[in-house]
Order: sequence, then structure tokens, then C-alpha cells
Amino acid sequence: MAKKFNPKMATGNDLLEGDVVYFSDGRWTRVIGEAELALSPEAEADLLGRASQFPNQVVGVYLTDVKLDDAGRAVPAHFREDFRMLGPSNRPEHGRAGQGA
Amino acid sequence: MYMYDDFDAAFVRGRVAEFRDQVARRLDGTLSEAEFLPIRLKNGLYLQLHAYMLRIAVPYGTLDSRKMRQLAYIADRWDKGYGHFTTRTNIQFNWPKLKDVPDILDALADVDMHAIQTSGNCIRNVTADHFAGAAADEIEDPRPTAELLRQWSTDHPEFAWLGRKFKIAVIASEHDRAVLKSHDIGVRIVRGVADEPGYEIFVGGGLGRTPMVAKQIRSFLPKAHLLPYLESILQVYNLQGRRDNKYKARIKILVHETGIDRFRELVETRFQEKLPQFNGVNQKILRRIEGSFVPPAFEAAQPMPPVLGAGLQSWIDTNVAAHRLDHYGIVTVSLKGIGETPGDASSDQMRLLADLAEEYAHDELRVSHEQNIVLPHVPRRHLPAIYDRLKAAGLATANIGLISDIIACPGMDYCALATARSIPVAQQIAERFHELGLEHEIGPMKIKISGCINACGHHHVGHIGILGLDRAGVENYQITLGGDGTETTVIGERAGPGFSYDEIVPAIERIVSAYLDVRTDPEETFIECFRRVGMTPFKEALYPPEEARSNAA
Repeated sequence: MAKKFNPKMATGNDLLEGDVVYFSDGRWTRVIGEAELALSPEAEADLLGRASQFPNQVVGVYLTDVKLDDAGRAVPAHFREDFRMLGPSNRPEHGRAGQGA
Repeated sequence: MYMYDDFDAAFVRGRVAEFRDQVARRLDGTLSEAEFLPIRLKNGLYLQLHAYMLRIAVPYGTLDSRKMRQLAYIADRWDKGYGHFTTRTNIQFNWPKLKDVPDILDALADVDMHAIQTSGNCIRNVTADHFAGAAADEIEDPRPTAELLRQWSTDHPEFAWLGRKFKIAVIASEHDRAVLKSHDIGVRIVRGVADEPGYEIFVGGGLGRTPMVAKQIRSFLPKAHLLPYLESILQVYNLQGRRDNKYKARIKILVHETGIDRFRELVETRFQEKLPQFNGVNQKILRRIEGSFVPPAFEAAQPMPPVLGAGLQSWIDTNVAAHRLDHYGIVTVSLKGIGETPGDASSDQMRLLADLAEEYAHDELRVSHEQNIVLPHVPRRHLPAIYDRLKAAGLATANIGLISDIIACPGMDYCALATARSIPVAQQIAERFHELGLEHEIGPMKIKISGCINACGHHHVGHIGILGLDRAGVENYQITLGGDGTETTVIGERAGPGFSYDEIVPAIERIVSAYLDVRTDPEETFIECFRRVGMTPFKEALYPPEEARSNAA
């Protein structure tokens, strides 16, 4: 039986600021809900290819599994991506969670 | 305090200018990320989960008020108002912007500091006993030797691309406060049969995924032979160490696979060839360095105030160690406030520590590998004033060596390599035992927590070690017991299956309850008790049979 395909998004860190960013249709956003989704293995390769076209803007680009919320937007599937999204749990005020984003 | 000479100052400024140019070329796209990555790492700049991280070297953990104030300034101007002191006695800033890093490095150079070789496969920051120069049991101050090694290893062309990172520590007493035997090379200052100065050399220690206790390679090395001998070790490692697998590339693997006797032969053969090439210049340099580490002008004995408050007395009993002079003390300021992040200090706290060092303590500060700050030379008559000011700043926690004085790496709250969080586990353990009021009842206890197998949190040598892993997408914590990071170094033994994030603090509580039950009397410490009774009672406490579990529920 074929393994179930998990939806993916492309993420990386902003070259200048180091911030966590997500790829969204030709641009990079700090809002995970705007992340573009790959819903098939073909779309996955295409997404990574397009997200890798910004070597002087975003570094360390990779694909990661996501779950979808009720509105079909990306939410992290793994706790590592939760921390990347929210910031350090010991100092939430310094992460994005503390900045209302 | 060692002050940069013209050569040091020009070298560090040159590196800052070079890095400024490299950053500019990265930002305009001339340098690719693949080209820039090894360059930024050589200058201490990492990319972590949420931001860049700059790791700044604090050689042998020694700071003065000028350096500490500059760190506070950097925290306020370019970061988020705090820094994190590490188990390698460095400081890390968690939020610098790439374009600001050259300015930060210039600000460091203003106070004789840098971030060179705090990353990469090179010889890293040389550490020393954090009580150096103050401890009652030391033969001599180990820091001149550490400074000699720092100068020798900085930008040493032959050792710029080792198979893996390389860590050296120096101590000068029987009692090891610097985790010497967990280093690639451990140097212990000793005296020979005719009381001549020299070194005992250990090699091949390390933590990480394959923990090893360093082995003695030389029981006595004459003082003048240190650099040729260490170069011989490094050359054997550089030529014969593995480069095909990064997990087998540390010198500990080479020493283990070669066997210490054969490895010693290889080193000694190389040493005989190398010794004549050294003409003694380094010993002249060492004597000049020793001139920078003269003891402070200690004051004459003066009386302590006759009556001390209970809080002050408890803090003195717990946080102040014997100095080589009776009327002085060595103060360890805990960066482990209950519920705080181990090793973090705010810029205000850094400035207070700088003020206290300058006003009361001969202007010296140390960073300990246990992530606390030490005032090594404090006249005891000043302890009440120091305590009051620490207390007002939330820095008077009386817990040094107790269960809440926990080493914790940054873990998945910051680190890109982490597999689980460390900091909140440390915070919750400290809060739980504080709430129970059991810290002093439990007595000496070292809990050390790492958020991945690389073991920055030294979990292998914790009396209780905790290792955070990712098990099928969930944080899971393995417990080791009986580890020891002193002169009797032992790698802790794994207790059994791991615990979830929610289960780990109750699991630690069960270990501690078992200890309180089985110890012979309150004088028997946890580690002594573990050595006497072994793993069994702790295993039973950690993994009760099903029936006992359901009855307890």
C-alpha cells in the first residue's frame, strides 16, 4: 500500500534577520497561515524548486510536514516547527507568539 | 587579567574588518551561503531556530567589570537585553541581526574580546578551573598555561581544519572543578619528584553520542615541553583520526580504537622528533603571560559583622567557598533563580555583577561551566553588602550544588540541533523541589540536562542526567544515574525507557524519594548512596510494577 502523503510547506530563515519565514506563491511571509501547500509528491518537488530561487534572501530552505486547520491553512505537524513558529517557550515575549503575529 | 598586546589587538581588529567585508559580500550576493557558512562559523556566528546566534569566547572564563559591562551594552544595543552563559564558559546572544554582527565584534575588540574559534573543527575556547587563583587547594594559577594554549591554538594553520572540534581544559589541583576528563586534552598542573613544575596529561575524553573518560597519557611532562607534546598529540590525531564519519572523528574514538598504549607510543615518537624544533620562545612568552596574572593586592584581615541574618547565613553556607585566605571567600552567584533559565543574565544583572566586582572584589569575575558567575576574591567583610545588592536584583538564590543548580543546554527553545527542550524541564524541576522545600534536605545533587545527543548539557556526568530526544515526533527524556564530572569521572548509567515531557519531573521526584528512603543518614549524599546501593532501588521507583501503579493512581 502506498504511504499516505503528508501535505508540505517550504520554510527557511531570512538572511538578514534570521527570522523564520514560509514560502507563499513567489514570496516569503512570516505568517504560517499564508504558507503555500504541496498536496502531492509532484507538487512537493515543484514547491522546493521554486522556494530555492531566493538564495540571497532566505537560507536553509527545506520542506516540512504540515497539518491543515479547518480553513485549510498550514499548521505545524511536528513540535520543532511549533517552536520555530512561536519562539522560545521560556521567553514567549521574544518570539512571534509574544508579538501577536 | 591578560591585556591584549599590539599583536593581539591588530589581529582581532583585522579579523573584524575581514568579516565585515565578508558580510557585505554575502549581503550583496557575491558570496553564496555555501561559501559564507564556514566563514561565519569561524567567527562564532550560528543560525539557530529563530535567529542568528553569536557565541563569544570568554577565555578560561575570566572577565572583569569592563568586559562584563560591554556584554551588557551589546545585549541592550543589538540583542534583546540578555545573554546566555554556556557550559564552555562562553556567552551567547540569541537575537543578533547579520548586518550588526561586525559592529558587535568591533565592540568586543574594544574590550579585548572576540568570537574566533567558538565554532568549527578547530581548537575551541580553552577552559580552566573557575576558582583559579583563589582556590585553597591549587598548586599555581592554571590560567597562564591556558592563555599560552589560547595564543598557540588561535589561527594555528596546522590545526585550522581538524577532523572535528577539539577542547582543552587546564586545572592545577587534585579536585577537578572543570570536568577535565571529558576533554579532548586535559592538562593538570603538578609537581615532580623534586618539586619541579610540570603537567599530567589526559587525552581522549568527551561526552556526546559516545561518552569516554579521558586516559592518562603522561604522568609527568616538564613545563617547557607542553607545546611540543600537545602538538604531537594533535599531529597524530590530525593524520590518523577518521574523517569519513563525523560521529567517529573525535580524538576519543582514535584513542579508543588505537588503544592508549599504542597511541602514547605514536605521540612519544613524534614528540622526540618535534622537541628539538622548539627553542624556548614559548617559555619566554609564558613568563610574560604569568606577569599578567599576579594575585590582586589582598587586604589585611578585618572583622566580619557579628550577627548575620538567616537569609544571608544560608547564602554564605551554600554559595561561598573557601578562599586560600581565611578572611576572603569565593562567591558563586547563582544564575539558577527558581523558575529562571539556567545561565541567562539580563543586562541589568550583568552591570550589577560588574559593579560588585569593581567595588568589592578586586575587579574579577569568572564564568563557570555550571553556568554561574563567580566573584573569586571577596573579602568576607563585604558579604552582607554583596548579598543585599544581589537580593535586590534577584540574584541571591542560595542553591549552589543543590538540586535546583541545574546545567541545561538551550535545547529546542533555541538550538537548531536540539531534539527536545531542556530549559523548561530544568525550570520545572527547580520549581517543584523549591515548592516541596526539600533542596537542603536532599543536599549535594547535580542534575544536568541536554536537549540532544551532543550533550552540551553534560548529562552523562550528572548525578542525574536527562537527555531529551524526539521519539516519533514527541519529546522523550532518558534518565542516566550515577554520573560524576570530577576527578573520579564516571559516565552515568541509563536507567531504562524514557519519559514524556509531562512525566519527567514526577520521575525525578520518584528518584529523589527513593534516595531519601534508602540513604543511611542525611550525611550520605545522593552520589555516595547510588554507589553503595546501585541502580535497583531507583529503577524500582522509576518503573513500579503495573499493580503498584494502578494502586497509586
